[in-house]
Amino acid sequence: MSNQIVQGILLGGYYALIACGLSFMFSVMRIINLAHGSLAVFSAYALWWLASRFHISPFVGLLIVLPLMAAIGWALQRFLLERSARGGALLPILTTFGLAIVIDNALFEQFGADTRSLAPYIGSLSYDSWEWPGSIYVGKLAVIMFAAAVTLLGGLQLFLTRTRLGRSIRATSEDPDTAGLVGVDARRANALAAAIAMVTVGLAGAFLGMRATFDPYTGAPQLLFAFEAAVIGGAGSLWGTLLGGIVLALAQTLGAQVHPQGFLIGGHVAFLIVLFIRLSTSGLGLRGLLRLPARKTT
Amino acid sequence: MSAVSTSPVIERGTPASRISAIAVVVIIVLLADAPQFLSAGAVDRMTALFIYVILAAMWNALAGFGGLVSVGQQVFFGLGAYFAIRLADAGLNPFASLFVSAIIVGAISWPMSLFMLRLRNGEFAIGMWVIAALTHLLVNLDRLVQGETGTSLISLNVYDAGARRATIYWLALAAMTALLAILFGLLRGSTGAAIRAIRDNEDAAASVGVRVTGTKRLLFVLAAFGIGIAGALWLATSITFQPKTYFNVQWTAYMIFMVLVGGIGTFEGAILGALLFFLIETWFGGTGVWYLIGLGATAVLFSLFLPRGLWGTLEERFGLRLLPVGYRVRLPANATDSDTVPTSQQATAHREKA
Amino acid sequence: MSLLAIENLVVRHGLLQAVRGVSFAIERGETLALVGANGAGKTTLLRAIAGAHQPTAGRVLLDGADITGVPSHKRVGMGVALVPEGRKLFVQMTVEENLLLGKTAGRPGDWSVERVLDTFPNLKPRRHAKTGHLSGGEQQATAIGRALMSNPELLLLDEVSLGLSPLVVDRVYASLQGLISSGTTIILVEQDLNRALSVSDKVICMLEGRVALEGSSKGVSRDEVTKAYFGLHRKSAGSVPA
Repeated sequence: MSNQIVQGILLGGYYALIACGLSFMFSVMRIINLAHGSLAVFSAYALWWLASRFHISPFVGLLIVLPLMAAIGWALQRFLLERSARGGALLPILTTFGLAIVIDNALFEQFGADTRSLAPYIGSLSYDSWEWPGSIYVGKLAVIMFAAAVTLLGGLQLFLTRTRLGRSIRATSEDPDTAGLVGVDARRANALAAAIAMVTVGLAGAFLGMRATFDPYTGAPQLLFAFEAAVIGGAGSLWGTLLGGIVLALAQTLGAQVHPQGFLIGGHVAFLIVLFIRLSTSGLGLRGLLRLPARKTT
Repeated sequence: MSAVSTSPVIERGTPASRISAIAVVVIIVLLADAPQFLSAGAVDRMTALFIYVILAAMWNALAGFGGLVSVGQQVFFGLGAYFAIRLADAGLNPFASLFVSAIIVGAISWPMSLFMLRLRNGEFAIGMWVIAALTHLLVNLDRLVQGETGTSLISLNVYDAGARRATIYWLALAAMTALLAILFGLLRGSTGAAIRAIRDNEDAAASVGVRVTGTKRLLFVLAAFGIGIAGALWLATSITFQPKTYFNVQWTAYMIFMVLVGGIGTFEGAILGALLFFLIETWFGGTGVWYLIGLGATAVLFSLFLPRGLWGTLEERFGLRLLPVGYRVRLPANATDSDTVPTSQQATAHREKA
Repeated sequence: MSLLAIENLVVRHGLLQAVRGVSFAIERGETLALVGANGAGKTTLLRAIAGAHQPTAGRVLLDGADITGVPSHKRVGMGVALVPEGRKLFVQMTVEENLLLGKTAGRPGDWSVERVLDTFPNLKPRRHAKTGHLSGGEQQATAIGRALMSNPELLLLDEVSLGLSPLVVDRVYASLQGLISSGTTIILVEQDLNRALSVSDKVICMLEGRVALEGSSKGVSRDEVTKAYFGLHRKSAGSVPA
């Protein structure tokens, strides 16, 4: 059982990776990007294509794919989200949902229905494991994934608190109008935040491809995992995201123990229970739930 | 200037709307007679069209009027079919099962609304998707459904194919007409004013005493009930029930497409959107994946460049109103010489809509 | 050349015309007091000068250059800084972080976190506190300090005494006196007429979006301003644009 708990915690690293971009974009732009999961799958396909076609290791491929994802994030904000956010809070949901349909089906058009994996291109890493005391076997990949999540979250935290750009993004997220009045280019800060979020999505896509298989329609469940982890952890804090990811993964592990098909059910149920408890205790709705301050409007 | 000429005229209908009211009756009568003249395939297609209209109108009721964008409405579609299967399996007449099932779906949506309606915007949207995913998994656990293998509404097979087809057609037509009439009545009645107030500005509506949550709940339950019927009818036309098909998010994608293209928040827009979707599916459905890419891309483009949809844009430009659910205030053109009134008059003319 | 010139500026909030054809100019080193009743359009005018509202008509000239279409963040770089009404601090961030944000535009100058803390000594112990936890006076000092960090040529102050106790207001104005004597150009909105007249060189009284009275602070009587304030001047003085 302790073996499964360790596996669950490590899997939580993956959920934290996929969730941090979603909650980051939500906390800065107040937009939930429904194409989030599809973009992660897109990144996985891009790495797979580089690996199968040009024999580029996925880790090297990231050097190409992550800048591409940053560019996509920038363009997404500038050309789609910025415009659709002006139409109110509901429109970006529809825009990004439409985008998700386009991406999923375009991937299907290009790569077909076959499931793919990056595992064949990372050598023994996909099955190597370390033995920990108590005869616990942990996959090297899972440990790397967890370490990557911690590094990414920590790096993001440092960037947001210690750098001028990070402060600009935080100021924009709190009050874009006033941010402009102190000299912050809010449009640029938002585009930059979207670019950063997409880099994290690209990384999450890489790990998705390495630890499992994917097909063109894998995006939707990834979006749900990301959303659940972000809400369980409270999107206001980055470390909360890690905790949320771990809780989600442990709930899934527990679900799988209870019933052979209980893996996903366990995660969804845990999410709803957390939501229910928070909603009934806070009475604030999700805004309070995510520990975000109400955005000032002028 | 006399008092008569300055007093605004309040209208509920327009000459065009009175003609269209008669047209609606004629169309329904013609549609009811249609199975006598149509081929079997055409009857099935028309049934599909009625189901699309229901889906579009119900999603529009939720999003366009209630301000609740959900990407998990497939949960009610799937449950509508699932409960019909269950009820028929328990021995209920299969046709009766379709409607009893929808009532159960509506009843389930009530407690669900207590919880879900406290989420806002994007959180509600994906929250509903999680509910749909979870419900799908739970339905898969039912032995009767046999996981993704699915099952069939076998008891429907005792009816002769022709009679069955026509019956389902009439049931779909009746369900569509009734749901549209309910929605129309709701929007024209006292709830309608509350709904429009919420659509325009939820916080302001709450501050002047509009029962925001109660009204939203009503729309949520109505949408669940209507989409439940749609799911049950779809099951009746296709007989087989595979959870994956019914709990597929593509149903919500279709709803969003229809409403976004037709005109979100307009009664006629959803119907127009369903018609267009039906035609597009008939012509391009065969192109498979490109068809879906096209639907998604169209939804993106409409959300960016024509967020009011076709009907909303036409209505705004030409003051068109066929099935008026609102009030129209007409101020006499020569009302006054102050410079503020013409502005507010234009504003009134623009703001007032279905 | 005037540092700032406003020409026939019209600003709308939706259907409401908040500023209706305002023109004035301010010279380098001058202090201009904007007075007027609530809703007279003072805040909207300041926000339009800072670039937070796009005017529907008219021009804003800075040093003779037309900046009407320039967004707010670029205007900070050109030397226009606004201390907004209600302070509008980033409450999730510390005093120091708020001040550092003022540096974003990167204008050269001698304002630094240290100098702001020297100017407002009450902020020193609060340097790493979140601004949401500060007192009103400390918050106001932070807001002014944040604007100063951009080394502005033109400082716009919107009701800096709002919600502060008289003692704290005195302290804030004492610090402002230093700025005024150092030659910073200032436009300030102030409800307290005596204070407005005493710190400024020039006064403009606004009424329903228009300039009702414009004159030298030493040259106008309190009575004249009060009349303009309530719109009682119209019949006597024929100089009001209609």
